[in-house]
Amino acid sequence: MCGIVGLFLKKDDLRPKLGDMLTDMLITMTDRGPDSAGIAIYGDDSDGLKVTVQSDTPESDFAGLDTALGEALSSPVTMKAVDTHAVLTLPEGTRDAAIAFLEARGLRIMGLGEAMEIYKEIGLPKDVAARFNLRAMGGSHGIGHTRMATESAVTTLGAHPFSTDEDQCLVHNGSLSNHNQMRRILTEKGFAPRTENDTEVAACYISSRIAEGANLGEALEGTLDDLDGFFTFVMGTKTGFGVVRDPIACKPAVMAETDDYVAFGSEYRAFANLPGIEAARVWEPEPATVYFWER
Amino acid sequence: MTATATAATTDLQTLDMAEIELREVNAALQGAPATNYTQFEIRNPRGSHAVAVGLDAEIEVTVKGSTGYYCAGMNKLATVHVEGSVGPGAAENMMSGTVIVEGDASQYAGATGHGGLLVIKGNASSRCGISMKGIDIVVHGNIGHMSAFMAQKGNLVVLGDAGDALGDSLYEARLFVRGAVKSLGADCIEKEMRPEHLEILRDLLDKAGADAKPEEFKRYGSARKLYNFNIDHADEY
Repeated sequence: MCGIVGLFLKKDDLRPKLGDMLTDMLITMTDRGPDSAGIAIYGDDSDGLKVTVQSDTPESDFAGLDTALGEALSSPVTMKAVDTHAVLTLPEGTRDAAIAFLEARGLRIMGLGEAMEIYKEIGLPKDVAARFNLRAMGGSHGIGHTRMATESAVTTLGAHPFSTDEDQCLVHNGSLSNHNQMRRILTEKGFAPRTENDTEVAACYISSRIAEGANLGEALEGTLDDLDGFFTFVMGTKTGFGVVRDPIACKPAVMAETDDYVAFGSEYRAFANLPGIEAARVWEPEPATVYFWER
Repeated sequence: MTATATAATTDLQTLDMAEIELREVNAALQGAPATNYTQFEIRNPRGSHAVAVGLDAEIEVTVKGSTGYYCAGMNKLATVHVEGSVGPGAAENMMSGTVIVEGDASQYAGATGHGGLLVIKGNASSRCGISMKGIDIVVHGNIGHMSAFMAQKGNLVVLGDAGDALGDSLYEARLFVRGAVKSLGADCIEKEMRPEHLEILRDLLDKAGADAKPEEFKRYGSARKLYNFNIDHADEY
């Protein structure tokens, strides 16, 4: 089943409340996906590239990690550790060396970006939200997902959102039927998925299209031609927020827009606490139609 | 305050979903015949599923806001008025009564309905009236793809446009569309509009408070090539 929520702010005054609003939306979608939950949040631009890493043994893995990475890169690194996740801000030009260092230490890379941080874990959405203190996070836009697993196991890496390039993330409700074939094609193109998950294949596909020069809308348009299966996708980029549903459109979706925000939910329930929802324009996104907003 | 006004006030029972659970709300509505209440108002539905389902009495229910899945499902005799939008499966398997939705309806509104009237004042999305079996549905706006799939009986009236594959594998339901039809499904064809059809349409438009003339519509129905139906054997079915 799965639940998706997304919120894209049009005005700055709600930014401090982004995490709070998204957390309410996420928890409301618990009965659509109690296996795992995740959120990608686009905060303020940092001083450099941020990498979000995850560890099952954070006490030992994160102790002194910033110092060790800083020494390896010959430049200081800042770290914010929250539960099983840590966000490291890298000095300029150290991306590849940093990733190699972090992976060699057995850390899982959740995502990279100047604005985006990703937090995802197995467990009930309310527990995941509390562990990462999602409510306190501010930002310009964010996407969340509650997962009821079908195509692959309930693991941290199988949780959504999936990030396959800098500041890009994807959440998905549905299941893809041509992901094995697409996995081979993407691997040849240099966009190899890291997990067995079908959604990650879609994320890699969109990242490959953006790398080839497509904008967010064009990349999402491509999913209608090249991906087979059931999908409602919600995609975030550093400055954008997009939605597309497959032509059959079995997977539910509803959107709301006011002067202050654009919101996405698998169900209207997710919007119940949003400010001004009574007067919002609420509609169901059309099948095989791309919607996207850029700031 | 006059005695009449007092009686009218006490006849309305308010059910606030900010204070009571869904089960309590539906139990109050389903238990209405044993009480004096005939009018109910549901506040703060906040997109909840299965609001006002399984009603079985001539009561009037107003829902003050939007609901989730299966609103007013399995309705019999009651009138349910939703002052908002409804999620998937609204008025599914309705037997009789009336369901009016002021906003939009998500997919498969009115599916499998045996009778009664469903009025959607906004748009209905995909699969509206799928497998309808005698229900009348009037949509003031547009309907999505695969609407009236395998529809057996009843009338689907659309003031706006219809999406792809309208009436695919249709049986004997009548489809009336005023706007454009993106495509017709297998075995669905445009048919002649005869006086009796205009009469049916006029009556439904009137009941649904729709500002449209019957003459503006086209009628679609089954070509009867796909299913095993022989009119000469109708008595034996």
